[in-house]
Amino acid sequence: MRNEFSKKIEEILENQVNTVFITGDLGFNAFEKIQEISGDRFINAGVAEQNMVGVAAGLAYKGFETFTYSIAPFAVYRCFEQIKIDVCIHNLPVYIVGNGGGYGYGIMGATHHAIEDIGCLSMLPNMTCWIPAFTEDIEYCLNQITSLKKPAYLRLGLGKLYPKKITISSINQIIKSKINKITIIALGPIVHNVLEAISEFNDVDLFTILTVPLVDFNEDLINSITKTKKIIVIEEHVERGGLGEHILAKITKNSLKIDHFISLHAKGYPSKLYGNQLFHQTESGLNPENIKKEISLLKEI
Amino acid sequence: MSFINTQKNIRLKLLSLYYKANAGHIACSLSCIDLLIALFEIKKINERVILSKGHAAGALYTILNHTTEINDETLDTFYKNGTKLSAHPSANSFTNIPFALGSLGHGFPIGCGIAYANKLQKNDDLVFILMSDGETNEGTTWEAAHFATSKKLDNLIVLIDKNNLQGFGYTKDVLGDSADFYKWESLGFDVVEEDGHSVEKLILNIKNFSTKKNGKPKLIIANTIKGKGVSFMENKLEWHYLPMNTEIYHKAIQSIEENYYA
Repeated sequence: MRNEFSKKIEEILENQVNTVFITGDLGFNAFEKIQEISGDRFINAGVAEQNMVGVAAGLAYKGFETFTYSIAPFAVYRCFEQIKIDVCIHNLPVYIVGNGGGYGYGIMGATHHAIEDIGCLSMLPNMTCWIPAFTEDIEYCLNQITSLKKPAYLRLGLGKLYPKKITISSINQIIKSKINKITIIALGPIVHNVLEAISEFNDVDLFTILTVPLVDFNEDLINSITKTKKIIVIEEHVERGGLGEHILAKITKNSLKIDHFISLHAKGYPSKLYGNQLFHQTESGLNPENIKKEISLLKEI
Repeated sequence: MSFINTQKNIRLKLLSLYYKANAGHIACSLSCIDLLIALFEIKKINERVILSKGHAAGALYTILNHTTEINDETLDTFYKNGTKLSAHPSANSFTNIPFALGSLGHGFPIGCGIAYANKLQKNDDLVFILMSDGETNEGTTWEAAHFATSKKLDNLIVLIDKNNLQGFGYTKDVLGDSADFYKWESLGFDVVEEDGHSVEKLILNIKNFSTKKNGKPKLIIANTIKGKGVSFMENKLEWHYLPMNTEIYHKAIQSIEENYYA
């Protein structure tokens, strides 16, 4: 998604003179054009993420909408207190961009993974996490973020194009089946594993959710849950603070009756072995084969 | 122009504030109050003072009371439930308290952002950051210092309230002198080291710095005395924390009266 992100950012920086882009010394082969277009509104803050976020808060206080960019774990955890106090408590338009959310950086190892980012950030006041699942979601998310002008986190991963054109919103129904038996809700690009897993099924509804905390369930999602009463939430994020818990809370709040709820989520490093993104997804049961198995089992209940 | 009456009256107000609140952080407020007097004397309306050593909030509130931004009634709510004046500054209530500060090491990066924004907006406003010497232990100090020099933020004036004491010891014994003149000069700052209780000299130095557009951020290492003005509190670690009982409060007033007479 990084290239689509770069293109959209180029457009924003070209048209919005009150926007600043700060990178934590990353962006080789991706941000050169942004740098060229933006002049002094492009800042390389060096390998110093805490200062980067504090600087962003100062710029935002003076009227500049400010993006900060790094690899997801560095963009979030290293500077968590700056995000909480300098940005969120003051409700400033600082947009934290983390590349490679989840196990996105694969073999780079645990230091480069971000599987607790959404849980951490979604607790903070005024903060919305935006998690694009398909390539086209990037533009939607950035349009929303820049129009809301409040703290935001954008988690980038490896996206693909939508299988068919849809009108994008915070909750999207990707597949609507006539004989729906199971409702699947996916967070982020893991949806592509789900699409592979359900290619032979004709009785599964598939949704993506792009924001945490959640907006209210839309009619399509409520109808699907009410009909199937069987839900699987799939996310490349730990269970605690993840989409699954947010969904359960919303189900309770809406007094929806369900029979089965399964959470497929990141489990850390269960075998203490390391590999590419798919290796870690597989370790956590987030690979297409396991997702298919879980769906088949749930159908039989 | 002499500021001795201001220095005295603001100190008396500060003591009264902490006495009524039955609260600590007296000595660290007294060490930086002359810096705040100088800054608010000289700063332009759109310029901001970032009190990065947020534990001296009482000093800031007293100064803002002096400049009439915080009225007496509001000042009296210090430490009380429902106040806008928490023990460390809270956000979103007063123009000259632009940020919630008190977790050390936050003000310098924020000030860098404001200074960078002033450059982008092509205005001549300065940004003032008031830090403690203990605070320079924080890693963000060094991140921000390198940012400020590399981005040539000559509109940034940092003041270090160097009272040589920090939370649990002398700064020289804890991590060494991270507010050392030569360290900061070698980073690329324009540095002066001076008496942090001479409002007149501080004003002069800030004025000199404000016209020096040489691409270098500025630093005033202000040599101060923790508890300055109340003789029995001076250079005493415990007065970072202790509140005053009635007897001590009266002694403190007496000490101020003795030490500041025109």
